[in-house]
Amino acid sequence: MTGKVLLIEDEPHIAEAIRYVLDRDGWQVVTHGEGADAMRVLRRERPDAVILDLMLPGRSGHDILAEIRADPELHGLPVLILSAMGQAQERARAHQAGASGFVAKPFGNDEIVRALREVAAR
Amino acid sequence: MVPFNILVAVCLVYVGFLFLIAFAAERRAARGRVGWLRSPLVYTLSLSIYCTAWTFYGAVGYAARSGLEFLTIYLGPTLVMVGWWLVLRKLVRIGRRQRVTSIADLISSRFGKSNLLGVLVTVICVVAATPYIALQLQSVTLSFGVFASDAPEGWALPNQSATALWVAAGLALFTILFGTRNLDANERHHGVVIAIAVEAVVKLVALVAVGIFVVWGIAGGWQGVVETINSSAIAEWQLQPGRWIGLTCVSAAAILTLPRMFQVMVVENADERHLATASWAFPLYLLLMSVFVVPIAAVGLTTLPAGSNPDLFVLTLPLAQGQGQLAMLAFLGGFSSATSMVIVASIALATMVSNHIVVPLWLSIRQRTAKGRATGDVRGMVLMARRLSIGGVLALGYSYYHLSGGSAALASIGLIAFLGAAQILPAMLGGIFWRGATGAGAAMGLIVGFIVWIYTLYLPSFGEDGLISHDLMQLGPWGIAWLRPHALFGIEGLDPVLHTLFWSLSLNAISFVCGSLFTFPSPIERMQGVAFVNVFDTDADTRGWSRGGAEAEDLLIMAQGILGADEAQAFFQAEAEAQGKAGLLPDTTPEFIDRLERRLAGAVGAATAHAMIAQFAEGAVVSAQDLMAVASEAQQIMEYSIQLEAKSEELARTARQLQEANDKLRDLSVQKDAFLSQISHELRTPMTSIRAFSEILMDPELPPGMQQKYAEIIHDETIRLTRLLDDLLDLSVLENRKVQLNIKVANLHDLIEKAVRAASSTQPQRSFTLHRDPPAEHIPVITDTDRLLQVFINLISNARKYCDAERPELTISARKRGGRIIVDFIDNGSGIPKEARRLIFEKFSRLTDNNQAGGAGLGLAICREIMANLGGSITYLPGQGGAAFRVSLPVRPPKEIIERAKTS
Repeated sequence: MTGKVLLIEDEPHIAEAIRYVLDRDGWQVVTHGEGADAMRVLRRERPDAVILDLMLPGRSGHDILAEIRADPELHGLPVLILSAMGQAQERARAHQAGASGFVAKPFGNDEIVRALREVAAR
Repeated sequence: MVPFNILVAVCLVYVGFLFLIAFAAERRAARGRVGWLRSPLVYTLSLSIYCTAWTFYGAVGYAARSGLEFLTIYLGPTLVMVGWWLVLRKLVRIGRRQRVTSIADLISSRFGKSNLLGVLVTVICVVAATPYIALQLQSVTLSFGVFASDAPEGWALPNQSATALWVAAGLALFTILFGTRNLDANERHHGVVIAIAVEAVVKLVALVAVGIFVVWGIAGGWQGVVETINSSAIAEWQLQPGRWIGLTCVSAAAILTLPRMFQVMVVENADERHLATASWAFPLYLLLMSVFVVPIAAVGLTTLPAGSNPDLFVLTLPLAQGQGQLAMLAFLGGFSSATSMVIVASIALATMVSNHIVVPLWLSIRQRTAKGRATGDVRGMVLMARRLSIGGVLALGYSYYHLSGGSAALASIGLIAFLGAAQILPAMLGGIFWRGATGAGAAMGLIVGFIVWIYTLYLPSFGEDGLISHDLMQLGPWGIAWLRPHALFGIEGLDPVLHTLFWSLSLNAISFVCGSLFTFPSPIERMQGVAFVNVFDTDADTRGWSRGGAEAEDLLIMAQGILGADEAQAFFQAEAEAQGKAGLLPDTTPEFIDRLERRLAGAVGAATAHAMIAQFAEGAVVSAQDLMAVASEAQQIMEYSIQLEAKSEELARTARQLQEANDKLRDLSVQKDAFLSQISHELRTPMTSIRAFSEILMDPELPPGMQQKYAEIIHDETIRLTRLLDDLLDLSVLENRKVQLNIKVANLHDLIEKAVRAASSTQPQRSFTLHRDPPAEHIPVITDTDRLLQVFINLISNARKYCDAERPELTISARKRGGRIIVDFIDNGSGIPKEARRLIFEKFSRLTDNNQAGGAGLGLAICREIMANLGGSITYLPGQGGAAFRVSLPVRPPKEIIERAKTS
């Protein structure tokens, strides 16, 4: 299935690449470039899935993920984590915090398409 | 004869010459080469401002009227100088320890930093100096008149009063230019001191030259002079023991209490040992100044027509003999005497008026009207107050001259001023020798003495029916005979000067002693009393501050307003270093606050400095320890506790250093982890874009126009990656001190120019104002200029990127100070938060994770390493408003750096 995805990523080039790839896969992509205002955008856009970078200006991805999971309305929202730290412990930490999926940078384009489909289908 | 225009021109050239000397001396001092500017000889010569126009012209007049009595005016100072060990040494020591700025400051500081006393002494000094300044105006005017009366028609002085006005205005301008060019932190005026030393030589040479001419040129040798004296009226002069003793005492008191003497003797004293030289050299100077006085007077009385003014014999004798050039020299000598006195006196008085009247007023108005504390540009205000005060003092002098009619003998005017200043003597001596003296007693003594002096001598000096009516003089107020100004309490027939001397000083001293015995000093007064009276016994400084939550940064901002940025920053840095802390902000310990207060007192006086600090440090709380130290009579206990204190201070310093090292280590280990994950992040981010877009480029369905754009992104990200790796390698080479240095000579101005140009091409493109002072930037630098340029570019582009002001501005100021070149970069944004300042020079410590700004947060870390490699430093400057960085570089690169540049 596809639908609306909110991409929270501060690097404009990376955001542009992901948008191209997901667009091609049939997703409607909304992008947002920083952390502080991300929750407001999320509640306004009501996406079917979120792709969340962990290192954001304003507010960290970890914080945002925690708030999503603490909100009963957003509790089940699929969240795919993007991180420049590929180590296992980073991955485990994200899952513990309630991430639906984890993709390490740099990633292949197929990889992100597959991972998003996977978390959205769950 | 000498035409008037030439006379004026000579005066102007002479003044210009003095100004040049003063200017050169100040330049020299600013470069830190004080050397002979502060030698015992210069000190002794500067004391010669005691010899004013009164001595130069008036002594001869005095001798013509009263024989050898003029010697009393030299005898008093000689006794004080010879006995310097007794009083002067103590005054100078106290002055230095307490950073006293004036005699008013001394009294105010001794009696509990009381501003009331400061005001009182200031008023007495200003009023007493008025006749004295009038005397100088009168003598310069008279000497102009001498040339005028001998001249052909056309330039005779039309109006004496107008001439005096011009002289007063000229002197005011001259003094303002001389004495208030800047605000010295310790009130030392190198330029002025050198100029008056030169004037001291000029007046001595002039008087001796006239003397030699009179003795050998007119009287035909000593034989002739002795005959002339024997045949003149001077030979019939009778010794009056009362007047001799009285006048000797007055002049001894005056040399201690005249504001200008206090200024050169105590405030400008650079070394206590100079006193030892001055103790014989200054009496010698006085002897040389007086040796020809009687011959000139006697020859003048016999050869010049009857009715000539004896005050002007020094000029009229050479003129009458057709010696125009000698007369001109004599004129310059008199001019020197007058100008040096007026300059120093008005500087000293202006310091008192601004520190004790204007600044306290301004402070209280500021505190009442403006919210918050007075920290702004105190400097500018103080300077303006001093300039206006100088004008005011000279205006008063001129008014006195105008009112008194400019007719009195010079010597009698001088004595009035001497006696006025002498009223401060009881409070001064009591303050430094008697611990029981209190501020209330001092105030009572000063007020009583001042009133008696005004009533019995000052007001009558304007002449009968001047300010006091004839009836009052003869019959007393309301017909009460025992209140007559010249016959107080029914003592008649006494000389007016002796009469005032007796009554004013005895009533003054009695009030002072009784007042002190019957009042109780406040703790702070007690502490100051101990500090003054026992100044030789202990190095312990009394403290008046508890740790009252003063913020070092607030204090720095205030201190910058008073001392100027350089001075204040250097002081704070030294204090922080002494505490074992890096940076510019020391802990606000009571000791530090106390030292800061004394430093500020050097610029604005004790009372004001105390009030300024009180705004920040909560209350002047006297600790139990301080009170114990005051109460304790046993010297041993005090010394022991001082040793303990020194030990515990040392321990505290070590502890602080350890604490700081520990914190740093912990931060470093956290930083190492953060560094690795940062590198990972910084490397992966461009790699992600490159990988994603290269896969997109392989997409057969890619719209044709996009190919170009995406290839460009890949290209840009590759460059970003390369730059990051370059920076990392650069940093590692710099950190290991293995960098190849390429030492060149360049003009700092060109470097800054280049940096500004290079930085202006960086993003973002927004309007950005630069403030610079290009003439000041022309300083040669010998260093790796490319590396220095790299630092400049980094700082300028940082300001462009991060300055958050609505209209961003960056001020770049460069100067040379103490063998270092200093360049400050100060923007007008909100600055860097205090807690972040410690980390900004660390790797990847970008404050906002704002990628639009570009860069990986390595810039300042590289800057720091570059400066360390160049033997310089880069520091954050707190207290400037916006973000502020200081780059400092030795003028000449250190030896090991030159070695490295050679080998590599």
